[in-house]
Amino acid sequence: MLSNIGNSLLFINILLSIFIIYFSFKNLEDSKKIINRNIYNMCLIQSTSIIICFFTLIAGFIVSDFSLINVYQNSHSLKPIFYKISGTWGNHEGSLLLWVIILTIFSFFFLFYNKNHPKKYRIYTLITQNILIIGFLFFLLFNSNPFSVISPIPKEGLGLNPILQDPALAIHPPLLYIGFVGSSIYFSAAIASLLTNYSGKLFARSIKNWVLLSWSFQTIGILVGSIWAYYELGWGGFWFWDPVENASLLPWFAMTALIHSLIVLEKRNQLYFWVIILCLLTFILSVTGTFLVRSGILNSVHTFANDPSRGAYILIFLSIMILVSVFLLFKKFKSENYNLNSDSKETFILINNWFMMFYLITVLLGTIYPIFTEVLSSHKVSVGPPYYNTVIIPIIVLFLFFMSLGPQIGWIKNRYIDLKILVVILLGSIFINFLIFYFFQSYSLISNLIIISSFFLILSSLKDTIKLIKNKNFNYSRIVSHTSFGFLILFIGLNHNFSSEKDFNVKLGDTQKFENFSIKFQDLQQKEFKNYKAVIGKFQIKDLQKNSEQFLNPEIRIYENPSTLTYEASIRTELLRDYYITMSNIDRSDYYNIKFQKKPFMMWIWISVIFISIGGFLRLFQNANKSY
Amino acid sequence: MIIKIKIKILILLAIFNFSIVNANNIQIDQSKIFKNIRCLICQGQSAADSNSEFAQTIKLVVRDQIKEGKTEKEIYNFLVEKYGEWIVYKPPLSKANFLLWILPYLFFLSGGFLIFLIIRKKKHN
Amino acid sequence: MQTKVIKLLIISIIIFIIGVFFMGLNKSSIYDTKSLEGQKITNIKLEHFSKKILLTEEYLKKKNFTLINFWASWCAPCRLEHPFLLKLNSETKLNILGVNFKDKKNNAINFLNSYGNPYDELVRDDLGKKSVNFGVYGIPESILVNKDLIIIKKFIGPLSNEDYKIIQKIIK
Repeated sequence: MLSNIGNSLLFINILLSIFIIYFSFKNLEDSKKIINRNIYNMCLIQSTSIIICFFTLIAGFIVSDFSLINVYQNSHSLKPIFYKISGTWGNHEGSLLLWVIILTIFSFFFLFYNKNHPKKYRIYTLITQNILIIGFLFFLLFNSNPFSVISPIPKEGLGLNPILQDPALAIHPPLLYIGFVGSSIYFSAAIASLLTNYSGKLFARSIKNWVLLSWSFQTIGILVGSIWAYYELGWGGFWFWDPVENASLLPWFAMTALIHSLIVLEKRNQLYFWVIILCLLTFILSVTGTFLVRSGILNSVHTFANDPSRGAYILIFLSIMILVSVFLLFKKFKSENYNLNSDSKETFILINNWFMMFYLITVLLGTIYPIFTEVLSSHKVSVGPPYYNTVIIPIIVLFLFFMSLGPQIGWIKNRYIDLKILVVILLGSIFINFLIFYFFQSYSLISNLIIISSFFLILSSLKDTIKLIKNKNFNYSRIVSHTSFGFLILFIGLNHNFSSEKDFNVKLGDTQKFENFSIKFQDLQQKEFKNYKAVIGKFQIKDLQKNSEQFLNPEIRIYENPSTLTYEASIRTELLRDYYITMSNIDRSDYYNIKFQKKPFMMWIWISVIFISIGGFLRLFQNANKSY
Repeated sequence: MIIKIKIKILILLAIFNFSIVNANNIQIDQSKIFKNIRCLICQGQSAADSNSEFAQTIKLVVRDQIKEGKTEKEIYNFLVEKYGEWIVYKPPLSKANFLLWILPYLFFLSGGFLIFLIIRKKKHN
Repeated sequence: MQTKVIKLLIISIIIFIIGVFFMGLNKSSIYDTKSLEGQKITNIKLEHFSKKILLTEEYLKKKNFTLINFWASWCAPCRLEHPFLLKLNSETKLNILGVNFKDKKNNAINFLNSYGNPYDELVRDDLGKKSVNFGVYGIPESILVNKDLIIIKKFIGPLSNEDYKIIQKIIK
């Protein structure tokens, strides 16, 4: 029954989209200046029905209706209810349904909130967005249907992967989708803008809050994914430059560039075509990321189950999107007269874009390069963290310096930066770096540069804050985000240089000495839980310098449905550092392999990213209070 | 004014020299090598992060080679010879991978040049 | 004119990239080392299973072909390929060298007693380090080498009927 409801609703939504497109075209011919009431109503019904459809699937998971293949493959009656619900979008088909919801809801709200903008522009945005919706609905209905049934009905489900049963991972897809799926709306708006020649400040105003919204959520979404990786995957890292991670980062670079370019478009009516390119690029990258991850073309630690037919469909959809965008751009492109003031904020925003595109190209190249070598030379190459770190990190140093200077410069050429103060700040940063270096431990040249440049950004942002407070200027959002970015790089740099780890084999009762720690394998217990058995080790970590001790309890978990083994890290978070321990058994031996890590400032890395996105939300909130 | 700048530059250089001298690590970083080796039977983990059969074995072999005095490069060459380029995460700088390493910087330089042109245009106007 | 060239260039690049993606869809994502056939194996120093001697390259040069089979008593798929190994044992042109991988002596002996011993010679690799020299990354794996110590074929996973026929073809 649920299957029938779900399928009918999907079908209704396709019909609604077709009707919306039809009536929209009709409305275009209409000489009236307002959009027909019917269109609004249809959009509202469209949003409502897709939400009901989604709830139908959730219901299937909650009641464990195993007649639905999707529920059968991804759930289990013993699963805690929270994870039953989050299991809805933790699989390929369910997450596609989430895609469609975001596409639909954004479509409706964009229409609603853009009442002050021209009818033709809004209609074309609606039409384009609905074409995207239809594309995804067809994909859902005919290739990846979450409501397909299985007969006879299985007695029990195959279960959700146990590493996916985590609160961070449960909210990761919704957050991320508001980000990069939400970018679809300004993709459609860009197409509409090209078609109706609606450009300049007004266009910027139309989309800017949507870009801010998607950017802020994308930031948080990426953060939550990293937090999950850190806590769940048991290797102590939070970023591996894995294709799935890169897939979420690529749109983020484009969005960041876009946010900054929109400022120029709105204030100075420049860079229109570049803004359009970025709008189109962001969603194109989103779909590209989805393609890379779901088609099975790349080997990744977080891939969904793979199916080449999905890949073919997404690739065709993506190709059409790209070719249409490119043709439209070529047709409408007019060479702008760049009236940019040199030595002004515009230059620095261009510089921001330049760096963002560099990061984007590097990450994109690294991610898809193995595909090219494999297809063109049957030769398989790995591109991993060492590549990305080597290429990107030196450039970040420069980037941080430009980030500090940019906001200080005004829009008009004649305001000069206070050079003296900046030199003082630079010396201050060098001095602080020297202190860290001297009192703690030495590190590589590039790390020195990173620490110096991040302090430079932080201190100059602090100076800016003082100036803002003096002028009673309440535009804190930029300072919050930029400073937090400085802190992020600082903490990542410090974490990288001051982390230490020890990989050793012990038997129960053994003690291992490492730096100023003494680690004792005190106890080993076996416990049974609802859907797994756990082998829990108790480790006493004594800090001989500070004369303190704490206990860490890593686990080896044996799950039944599906039959998997996971290694649960035991993490103790303190203000200044995390202690991290994982334990795994060595086959055919009494020994256990232990990896103990000391990781400084982990908590501050998370906090920095949260504040980066808070800056975005702050600005969004401020904008929403003004009418545009 | 110029003298002040010169002094500051000297201080900078001095500090940097200090850091280079101290950071000159001739010792092989075992952990760094482990992190650069892919665990071939895992779904995307390095030998450092995995405790699979293969990861354990490879770590033993690499440790032996380090004891024998092999350099980092020699160890990677050995592994690539036995298992293919897929096993190392840092793509070696060969003719084939040349593009991979060069393109980003090529773009960076051309992007910078482009911006320079755009800004210069205004100055002439 | 110049803009037309740029536009054509951009479109060709895009079509090229999309084309490569399409072709990439058909390729399998699972990596194996089969492409490393044709290499020469070197540095062979294998501990004999029961006697205190070392087997070196000299042993491999004795017969025209040697099949080096990596196995262990705790490896379930190894049992699947055992019948094929026993059949191959009767081939005169082929030498079968067994490498007992990370195993306990008694368990290995029990395994061979239960399922039969197809090996002309048996060595052990207690820690698995020697197998790395052959580019082995899991068991069972089998490597067919010729007199000149060149790897002719690598078999990843248990030998199947097709593999058995391929080996027969090669050694004739």
